[in-house]
Amino acid sequence: MLKKPENQKLLYIYKIWGDKMNNNNMIYLDNSAVTRLDEKVLEAMKPYFFETYAVATSEFAYTMGIQAKEALENAREVIANSLSANSDEIVFTSGATESNNLALKGIMYNQKDKGHLIVSELEDFSVLNTAKSLEKEGYDVSYISVDSEGKLDFDELKNAVREDTVLVSIQHANQEIGTVQNIEEIAKFLDGKDIIFHTDATHSFRRIEIDVTNIPVDLITISAHTIHGPRGIGALYKRKNIKLKKIMDGGFQENNLRAGIENIPAAVGFAKAVELVTEEENKKIKKLRDLLIKKVEDQIEDVTLNGSRSDRIPQNANITFHYVEGESITLHLDMRGFAVSTGSACFSKSLEASHVILGIGGDHERAHGSIRFTFSRYNTEEDVNKVVEAIKDVVTNLREISPLGKKGSE
Amino acid sequence: MNSPYSDKVLEYFQNPKNVGELENPDGIAKEGSPACGDMVQLHLKVDEKKKTITDIKFRSYGCASNIATGSIITEMAKGRSIEEAKNITWQQAADELGGLPAVKNHCSVLAVDALKEAIRDYEEKHGLVKEQVPTTIEVIKERLKHVMNPIHGLDVLKTNLIENIELKDKIITVTVDLAEDHQFAPVVKEDIKEKLEHRWDIEDVIVKYRE
Repeated sequence: MLKKPENQKLLYIYKIWGDKMNNNNMIYLDNSAVTRLDEKVLEAMKPYFFETYAVATSEFAYTMGIQAKEALENAREVIANSLSANSDEIVFTSGATESNNLALKGIMYNQKDKGHLIVSELEDFSVLNTAKSLEKEGYDVSYISVDSEGKLDFDELKNAVREDTVLVSIQHANQEIGTVQNIEEIAKFLDGKDIIFHTDATHSFRRIEIDVTNIPVDLITISAHTIHGPRGIGALYKRKNIKLKKIMDGGFQENNLRAGIENIPAAVGFAKAVELVTEEENKKIKKLRDLLIKKVEDQIEDVTLNGSRSDRIPQNANITFHYVEGESITLHLDMRGFAVSTGSACFSKSLEASHVILGIGGDHERAHGSIRFTFSRYNTEEDVNKVVEAIKDVVTNLREISPLGKKGSE
Repeated sequence: MNSPYSDKVLEYFQNPKNVGELENPDGIAKEGSPACGDMVQLHLKVDEKKKTITDIKFRSYGCASNIATGSIITEMAKGRSIEEAKNITWQQAADELGGLPAVKNHCSVLAVDALKEAIRDYEEKHGLVKEQVPTTIEVIKERLKHVMNPIHGLDVLKTNLIENIELKDKIITVTVDLAEDHQFAPVVKEDIKEKLEHRWDIEDVIVKYRE
């Protein structure tokens, strides 16, 4: 609770919210960054901190270790089932970043010769910067461009494939604009070509179905942090016949692919989080997203929806409010109790505008004014109504100040 | 809970002063660009006899510190003589706001540049400017003092970020001591070009990175 506002920011929040303001009634719309943990997940995890806290041991060791091992394998099975995969095809990691590193480096380092890698230019940093790092080590990398909605240029991908192409890594859904790629089409094109296909499904996992018995994808990155699971746990689905080189030396855990003590409480929590996502929930989230887009487009002038209208993950709306800058919008919204994110350069420590908005052909102004709203289990229609009212007000005020656009001199 | 911004920055961000435009301004300036993500526009009224700034209005496109510095600069300049106003530094403006995060000091530079530019515009329109100064290495250095090194929040010259400056056939080539893939490389490049390419006797500005 806020009792004594210590500075201007708190004072402003206090004026609006009184002493009712705390993080629990803040309206959180940055669910692609991280989601709130579900209490049920925490409950499922608890015994593996306090009761069955041993490491996973072999079946010849002590009882607690065997129980821990069973819990880990049960979690693995739940996660495998959600992709229609087999348990031994799931490698637990510390999250999406590690899964992407393991997929790209694990495959490329396993080749005799330095081969060719293909990625899209809209990948998240854990794929993009891993690719750049491999490039520096002498591997050849092609970056495939996308159209104005963020959809991959499939012809460009086809043309980029060479004799020495080892791996293609194309994200399933985009982290900023939510565009969903047709991974089935890509996987089927690559199938039988002796090229490995990896997809980063961090932002689509459990929101859009992936069935590896239908889609011949070889590697999939997934994570718990986007589905109300704990942070610090993710996994890499690895089709049985695919060979990976271990990228971190140590013990022989995870089928000798990922060294280090298994994070059993987190794995159990991950599995619980996977079970808790329902089709009904995804429909509800999609409704909220569509309501927000409709309200903003109906009520605020000069806005652009970034990404695709149809091929879009249910939780994401990304909208540019022209003539105004995103950091100012997010700060004003923060003061009113809303958490959103922006592709503006000012918001980032690197002062660089979003490579995603620039990648879909947007100019810097479009990137600087872009706001990402991402929904979760805990959002309601009331949240949408409130944030639209707030942003309408904030954008109007900022446009009054702006030298750009209709209100200004230009 | 700590905000990277001072209370004063937040206060001006919420309630900026002197927003808008003037009818028949005596001097105008627009510094920055939408591409860079920050822009300040200033309108001045100057008392012709006393040479004092009688009224000043601003508009801003940018982040909280951009809006706050745009606002504070109008208050600092109002009532002052144009000679006094010319001498306001970005550091003074930042201090007046209780300081800025290092990575945001360029906002203050932009606001101060806009004020100088608006005064120059007034002087030019009222026949107060001597001949246009030809671009020399010294002039380039003077301009580069207004480009921030975002790593330190100080200008690129003071922080030895500039390796070399060349001026040949109306083309300026500036070599920056940053690797091409450094996180700030594109920003520094954009800023340098912005400060130099509008000079009357310059055709192109090339920014090179460390080999």
